[in-house]
Formats: sequence, C-alpha cells, structure tokens
Amino acid sequence: MDSTANLESGASGASVDLDAVMQQVAEHKGCGTEGGSGKASCGSGAGENDLPQEIWDKVKNHPCYSEEAHHHYARMHVAVAPACNIQCNYCNRKYDCANESRPGVVSEKLSPEQAAKKVLAVASTIPQMTVLGIAGPGDPLANPAKTFKTFELISKTAPDIKLCLSTNGLALPDHVDTIAKYNVDHVTITINMVDPEVGAKIYPWIFWKHKRIEGIEAARILTERQMQGLEMLTERGILCKVNSVMIPGVNDKHLVEVNKAVKSRGAFLHNIMPLISAPEHGTVFGLTGQRGPSAQELKALQDSCEGEMNMMRHCRQCRADAVGLLGEDRSEEFTTDKIMAMEVNYDLETRKAYQAAVELERVAKVEAKKEELETLAGVASNIKLLTAVATKGSGLINEHFGHAKEFQIYELSTSGAKFVGHRRVDLYCQGGFGDEDSLETVIRAINDCHAVFVAKIGGCPKGDLAKAGIEAVDEFAHEFIEKSAITWFKAYLEKVNSGEIVHEVRGDAEIRQGALLAAAD
Amino acid sequence: MTYKIVASQCTSCSACEAECPNMAISEKGGTFIIDPKKCTECLGHFDTPQCVAVCPVDNTCVIDNSLPRYQAP
Repeated sequence: MDSTANLESGASGASVDLDAVMQQVAEHKGCGTEGGSGKASCGSGAGENDLPQEIWDKVKNHPCYSEEAHHHYARMHVAVAPACNIQCNYCNRKYDCANESRPGVVSEKLSPEQAAKKVLAVASTIPQMTVLGIAGPGDPLANPAKTFKTFELISKTAPDIKLCLSTNGLALPDHVDTIAKYNVDHVTITINMVDPEVGAKIYPWIFWKHKRIEGIEAARILTERQMQGLEMLTERGILCKVNSVMIPGVNDKHLVEVNKAVKSRGAFLHNIMPLISAPEHGTVFGLTGQRGPSAQELKALQDSCEGEMNMMRHCRQCRADAVGLLGEDRSEEFTTDKIMAMEVNYDLETRKAYQAAVELERVAKVEAKKEELETLAGVASNIKLLTAVATKGSGLINEHFGHAKEFQIYELSTSGAKFVGHRRVDLYCQGGFGDEDSLETVIRAINDCHAVFVAKIGGCPKGDLAKAGIEAVDEFAHEFIEKSAITWFKAYLEKVNSGEIVHEVRGDAEIRQGALLAAAD
Repeated sequence: MTYKIVASQCTSCSACEAECPNMAISEKGGTFIIDPKKCTECLGHFDTPQCVAVCPVDNTCVIDNSLPRYQAP
C-alpha cells in the first residue's frame, strides 16, 4: 500500500550528496506553514519544483509517492508474503474475496518465481508500469526469504523497475542492510502510534522472539522497532514514507504526535488514511462498530499535520495484489494461469519511449497551471472552497459524471488549486439510466464541494446536483484540471463580489468504504 | 505428536511453517498440516508451541485429542 511530496524549490539541482539530501528532508518544515492550506504546491500534489532534484528523480515515476505520477504511471503488488508477525484490529487475515479492495486482501498467493514472471508479463502489457511493490498480504519482512528472492529475480530481468516494500516495522531493523543491498529505495512503514497505551487499543499482540506478547508491552516493542527501523533507513538514504490509519477516538488526535516523531526521524512523507471497517470484513474494529472518519475529519487532521511535513492525499488503499494505475485494478487480467500462458516480450525501448511521452505531457500540464495562476495575481479574497473533478487521468477533466468511479477533490483559493484528496463513488451510471439512489450516494460523497467538473453530464443529474447546492460544470471538458478550476474560481469570486451570488459554506461529506469493483457494469 | 491444524479455519498464511522447530508443518491441498510424527509440542525448544503463538486465527492450531500427548524421550 504507498508517495511524494514537495519540498523547497531552492534545493533543486543541489549536490548529489545523499546525506545532505536526507538532512534537508529531515529539516524541511513543510510548505503550508505560512501560505495556508491553499498553497498550490503543497500536499502530495508535489511537482518538480517542490522537491530537491535527487528526491524528485527518485519519486517522479512512482504512483504511490507522487500524486502527479499516479496519473501517468502504474504500479503492481505481488502477493508473495502471506505470513504476518503482528495482529491489528483493522485487519482480518481471511483474504479470499476478489470483490474486496483493501490492504491485506489478495486472491492468489505467488511464489517468487511466479511473481517475477507476472511482473514481466504486466510490464510488457502496460508500458507505464514502473513500480513493483511487496505489501503483503502479511508482512514482507515476516517472509524475508520470499520477499528478497522476488526482488533478486526482478532486478535481473527488469532492471528499470523500481522496487519498494511496505512493512509494519517489527522486523525492519534486522533487514535494513538487505533492503539497501537490493536497491529497494522506497519503504513504507505503517505507524499508528508512538504511545504504547494507544498502541494497546490497536494491536492485540505481536509475535516476538518466539513468544506472543500482548497489550502495552507488545505496543512498546513495536514502536521502538519502528522508530529504530526508520532511523536506520534514513541513515542509509532510503526514502521512507509513513502510513497511519486514522481511527476516531483511538489515535486521531495522537497522530499529530506520530507526525512529529516520524518527521524528526527523517520520513519524507506522511499518508494518513481513513480506517476501513465494515462488519462484513470481520475485523475487530468492524465487529465492534468502530467508525471511520468523515471526509472533513480526515482533511482537518491532514491539514493540521501539513505544517510539519508533506502529506500524501491520493492513497487508494490498494489490495496486496493490485495491478494498474491507482484507483483501477487489472489483477484479474494477470492471474497465474493467464501469465503462465502469456508470451512475454520485455521491450525496454517501448517503455522508455512511453515514459518520454509522459514527460512532455507533464510539462504541458505544469505550464498550463503556471499561466492561469498569474491571472489570479492581485485577486484578494479569503474564500476557500472545494471542488470535485471527474478525471480518467493525464491531469484532464475527461470523465463523464455518470462513469466516474471516484472524484478528485481540489481546494481552491487565491493561492491556486490544490489537490486534497479523492472520493470513491463506484459506478453511478448503470446502463444509461440515472439511478436515484446512486446519485444520492455521489452527492453524499462530494457534499462538501461547491462544484463538480465533468466532461459531460445529463440534464437530470445536473438539476439534482444544483438542488443539493453543487454546480455541475461541463464547459471545461478535456481541459487541464488546475487551469480550469482556477478560471472557474476567478469567475466565482467576481460573481460574489458583484453580489450576483452569495458564498455559503458547505457541510461534511462521507468516505465510502464499499468494494471497488473493477467491472461493476 | 500432537498439535493439529483445523483446516476450515486455516488462512494458509504459512506463518507457522517457518516457526516450527521440527519442520513438522507443510502445505497440502491449499492448507497446512502438522506431521504428528514430528511434532513435539515445542517441548525442549520453546515455552509455548510456536504454531499456536504465531497463528492469526485463534483455536486453529489445537491439541489433537485422537492421539496420545507427546512424551519427551
């Protein structure tokens, strides 16, 4: 499970001394400290100018570390690591449902050899596949032989693919040197607490030195090992992201402390994710009725941590065997039976050509944003609002309202357009008929937005959205998201200033937790 | 002998296989089984049976009552 954030542009092109870079990361104060959350360069929307060159080069093609990259590049997870060494109250190890989309769930376990074949098959089919991650379904470092064998095989046959792994951190200090040896340059640690009292409510037990240890003692060992592992990674110049699950009433306020602790130890990005807990998942939190956060609660916590550190906001909380662009899952196309029958032609040149084309597309997008930002210069207003965008990627408003499985959320202010998250809605359009219940679902998911930007929308849903106070905007079809949003926002401010409309604050929105069905139609 | 794995509860996560000091656990037909000839209940190795301690599903690695308990030689 996943990112890139933005650091100072002044550091671009600095020395290649990795120690110095990591020091910069450790010392970086975040970019939201004075400009407010409306600052366009903040959040995981990190762009080239926001990061030291060395870090940008490492993360720019990594969809899980860079919001921008995730529109263009794909990742895959291979499920070679089934065993785990801790128990979490938000996890259930019965991982057999193809309709579920959440970490810890896979349909099929793979051997390292099968995994290597799968990576080649996927990379040959999807040229934008640049990243291979091992994220479970257990803990990769509780399965070190399988995990590192997989990395070894892939680094031989597909040397251009970036390797990364995600761990709970308990075994991390024992494996940092091996991680460095295989050039794994992105590691994600899930850290939900730095206080064992809080940890005892999240982790019922850990398996440590041949014993099952419970309660506060277990959480104390876990947090010590996580902090030690993070420091060791930082020392070796390995980029480290921290994932935290936001559990209201358990660790929500405490995550501000976690944020400070991991930042001071050199983590370069923090990804705070909403708890996924439904009774049908069979997790402890699902069965006890522990709720997840609302959209507003999640954003408020992310915003409050942003002054300290770069926040990731585009995580899709993927399965441990996900394949494709974030938000899509093509794993069904690459089952073991299918890949074993595939003729694999690994063409490095095609991949390079595709990636060069992506770079041109990116430059165009950045230019468009710059141009439009200039038009906002001199406009003064305290208004800050959210808008939803239907997009298939490439930074364009290019999705039909009814086909959108999710909406991207941008915060607009006189500082520009800032990506602050996404909302899952799954498919609202079923065979061309507007389905009332589904439309209500969409409205609940984007209820905190003033407008929704779409490539196309029917008259009925447009009217219903208007009744709910959300303006459906289709005049920017197939144009750049940020440029369009800024143009719309400027016109909105003018209408407010002229008295044509009155600016009203919107309510909260719901975070949907249902399964992401790849083929819901 | 004497521990067995309740197949209907086993998630096939393989965590027990690596922890068993007797190499008594292996995968068979999608789930894991304990070879009763090799299981020593971890006596002489650890304080608690490792399969029980590491298993993510409670009451999955259990004493097999159809067989006599392990006797240290």
